[in-house]
Parts: sequence; structure tokens; C-alpha cells
Amino acid sequence: MNQDIFVTIEYLRGTVADISYVMLSAAHELAQFTGGKVIAVLLGLNAKNLADDFAADEILYIDHASLAEFTSQAYQFVLAEVINNHNPRAVLFGHTSIGTDVANCLSARLDVPLVSSVRKFTPDGKFISQIFGGKLMAEGDLPEPLVIVTVVPGGYKPEAGKASQPAHVTMVEAPTLEDMRVTLKNYIEPEAGDVDISKEPILISIGRGIQNQDNIILAEELAQALGGVVCASRPVVDQGWLPTSRLVGKSGKAVKPKVYLALGISGAPEHVEAITGSDVIIAINTDPVAPIFSLAKYGTTADLFDLVPLLTEKVQQAKGS
Amino acid sequence: MKIVVPVKLIPDLVDELTIDATGAALDTTWLRLIINEFDDHAIEQAIILKERSGGHVTVISPNVEGVEDMLFTASAKGADKLVKLNGNFDGSVNNHALARGLLPLVQELQPDLVLVGVQAHNDMDGTLGALLAEYLHVPYVGYVSGVSVTSNQAIIRKEYPGGLVAEIEIALPAVLGIQASEQPPRYVAISKVRQMMKTVSIDEYEIPVFETHGGATVSRMYQPEVAEKATMISGDVDETANKLIDIFKEIGVL
Repeated sequence: MNQDIFVTIEYLRGTVADISYVMLSAAHELAQFTGGKVIAVLLGLNAKNLADDFAADEILYIDHASLAEFTSQAYQFVLAEVINNHNPRAVLFGHTSIGTDVANCLSARLDVPLVSSVRKFTPDGKFISQIFGGKLMAEGDLPEPLVIVTVVPGGYKPEAGKASQPAHVTMVEAPTLEDMRVTLKNYIEPEAGDVDISKEPILISIGRGIQNQDNIILAEELAQALGGVVCASRPVVDQGWLPTSRLVGKSGKAVKPKVYLALGISGAPEHVEAITGSDVIIAINTDPVAPIFSLAKYGTTADLFDLVPLLTEKVQQAKGS
Repeated sequence: MKIVVPVKLIPDLVDELTIDATGAALDTTWLRLIINEFDDHAIEQAIILKERSGGHVTVISPNVEGVEDMLFTASAKGADKLVKLNGNFDGSVNNHALARGLLPLVQELQPDLVLVGVQAHNDMDGTLGALLAEYLHVPYVGYVSGVSVTSNQAIIRKEYPGGLVAEIEIALPAVLGIQASEQPPRYVAISKVRQMMKTVSIDEYEIPVFETHGGATVSRMYQPEVAEKATMISGDVDETANKLIDIFKEIGVL
């Protein structure tokens, strides 16, 4: 066993995901405690140049035709071998659609403990996980001697995971990758939708608190008065009340409006990570301890069903005057 | 086609969460448990597949408060077999332990597909589905929002950030982590659930001991320390609306 921290790099179609840089940044904090190196692990086909801006002491690059695009099974096979051969102290994955598919299976396969949803490491090497929809944090020692960690955004800035000079790249041979039982057929592009919420300056966003489809009109009227558009968190889209093109969150769009008005949104981590680019967040939620209030600039616990119609009226008056 | 859906009942986040006297765990005294919403989508997806091409759906859940209501509701939606897991489900039962406990039962049921919610908000040691897949030695894909089955394989839709979807072929048997069912979970009338209570039986399965290794020990649990908390607007609804108008003007959107 050594004290190195491995970071499994995530990218899709040639673009490195922000979470990869967040993990590199987190790994540096943890490596300071363990005294090991930060090693980025990159899998792909002719993808070595993606590593040019990784803030790492070393890059392990595995090149193979079966790694041209992400599939869970090929990544598991390769990373199981890399971990067994190198015995690092910790292996970081994104708590994402890519990372969790691999990390969880490796924990069971290699019989290595897993700590999920880690937001921060403390200077004395403890993890801090974000659980119960962001309502509680859990802290503890990282299991010894090896641990797999899935990392959520928010605890480290991606910029701190970038370097101006490329680190040394070590080529690692891939194991045999045959008889894969998971294969990518193709990508389906996102629905274009009538508006691109990632470019809209005024967003009225609705969550579970809107209660039913008939109430969406309240948000639409306010949006119309303000000249903005309505978007939503996951539960609203899953109910089919708004199209996927209006989804803000992990599987939807990240937004950066001038104002983000969150109506009845609790602020689950999957949603929060997509709205941090907003200039001003205003939250309306009757739950005074809703996590959204720790991110919002302004908040009120007024009932949205009382407040929103009145607010719409006052906006209309202000515009009319 | 045989489909198994393991379901977790988890704290309702609408309620206030408090920490117990140890300072390292949730106080469960007054905690209300509800179905993990992603598991609800997994049940729905299983029923959709059954309706589309036939099959047999088994729903399994730990025997904790609310389990019978949840299972009878699943039955009213179309589940064929209901199983509750008996065992000591105290706070130490993590997903590794639950996956190991479920393993012999799931093996016995010989499913073509296991559908599990992609995550639960109380997961601290990974997700149940992926761990179970590995113990079963079958492939796993998570963040799935669409499934179609042909003979011995499934074509699934996996979600990526930004709305991108990957169409993936997966050999069966397999475990899928469901993000969203193709249709929202259906509503069933209470009367139909009551009818199931009278006519349907719940099987029981004993898990004598849980092997919990695979997670970390929590030494402290707490509410997030907020560096910058929102400036809360006080006053009645009219005053609040007026203040919001002022804020809109100040930031230049009005």
C-alpha cells in the first residue's frame, strides 16, 4: 500500500467534466494529509491530450479501442486491475452517472469500502459527506488501508484542479477486454426545446412544492410578467408536467441567470450543483431549514400560493407604471 | 420475463431531521418512512415492462414501518409477488449489508432483470443496485430512464448531464439503476390497495445476520454549517411581495 490518491477522470465526447477538476483539487487536500501523490487515471482511445491541464503529480493513461466511449463494464475491468497493481490509499470517482456506475461495482468486486457523496476532506484526513438531500452532513475517518470515494461538487473549485503545465504521462497497458456485456449503441442528442434555459437571464423555477400541474400557471404568469421563463427541478419533469428541456439539475441543464427564483424547491444536491452560476438566487419555501436557503441570497418562508399571485400583480403594476 | 424490484423505505425529508444522543446518527424515534422515490419509479418501470411484453414482478422490502402499505400499493399497481425481509434493521444496516442479505433470495428468484432506484438520499456506502449486481456477477448500468427488452438483452437509455442520453445494449440478466420510469408512477385508489390487503399475501424472508463491512463509520452527524445564509424577508405576504419588487429593481430585472 502507498499513500497516493487516485482520481478517475470523467469526460464525455472529448470534454472533461468539471467534477474531474473538483476531484483533482480534493485529492490535493487529501494527499497533503497522507503524504502521497495525486495521480490522475485517464481511460480512452487517442485521448492522452485531454490530460494536458490536469493538476496532478502523474497521469496514468490506458489506451484501448474498447475505451473510446464510456461503458461501465470496460471501465470496471481496467480500473480493477489498475487499483490492484498500484495499491493507492484512496480512489476518487465523481458521484455522477459515470462515476457511480464504476465505483459501486468496484467496491463489491474488490471488497474495498466505499464512502459516497463526499463534499470535503478535512485537514486531518476525515471525509465529510452530504446526505439526506443535503440536509445533514456526516463526518468520519476514511477506512484503511484503501477506500473508494464518490465526490459531489460544491466543496472544491474546479479551477484549483487545473494546471498550466502538463504532468508526466505513464502509459499503462489495458487488460483483455473481451465479451463485454454492456455496449454503447449511440448517443441521443438532447431535445432542443422551445427555449434554451441555460441562456435565459430570468428563470422562475418550480419544484415539488408546486404540488400539481394546475398550479404551474402561477409560475408561468409570473414569468410572463417579468419577461422570464419557467424551468423546474426533477420531480416536476418526472411527472411529465414540463418537458426535459426545462430541467435544471444533474441530468438536465446548468443555468446562470441574473435571477433564479426558486418556488417550492428544497435544494437537493443534484439541483443545487446546476444553479451555482446564478447571479442572485431567491428562494420561496415554507420549510425554514430547506437547503436552498444556504445557497440563496434572499429567502422567504411565505406560502408560494399566497405570495406568487400577489407578486405577479405587483410586477405587472410596476411595469405598467 | 422475471423482474425483481428491491425497495428501500427512507426518512421523509419533509420532516425535520434530528441527530440522536450519540451525535453520530439520525434520531429515528419519530421518523416517518416513505418509499425511496427512485424505487417507486423502478416499480413503475417493472409494471410497464410487464404490461408491454408479459412477465412476473416481485417487490421486496425490509420489514420496517410502512412496509405493508408500500407492498400492497405495489400489488395494486400490478406486482405479482410481495416479500418482506425480516431482520434487525437498525442503523447499522448499510447498502453493502442489504445487498449481501438480498443475494440468496434474488438468486432463488432467478430474475432476468433487477430494477432498483438509482440512489436513495440515505446512501452512504454506494447504491444498492450496483452492489447487488456485483454480488450476483451480472452487469449494472445506472441513471436509466427507459428500458426495452428483446429476448436475452435490453436496450436502455442512460442519462448524462445536459440532457444527453446514451442508448446502451446490456446482456441479461442485469441490474439497472432507475432514474425515472418512462411514465410517472401511476396513482392507485386506496380502495384498490385495501382490496389487495384482503386478497394478497406477503411472503417473509429471514436475514439472520447482516454483514456490514464495506462502509465507513460516522463519528459526527450535523446540519450543514452555513457560511452565507439567505437574507430572510420578514413581514406579511404583501410586505414580502413589496420587498421582492425592490430586489427585482435593484438587480435590474424590473
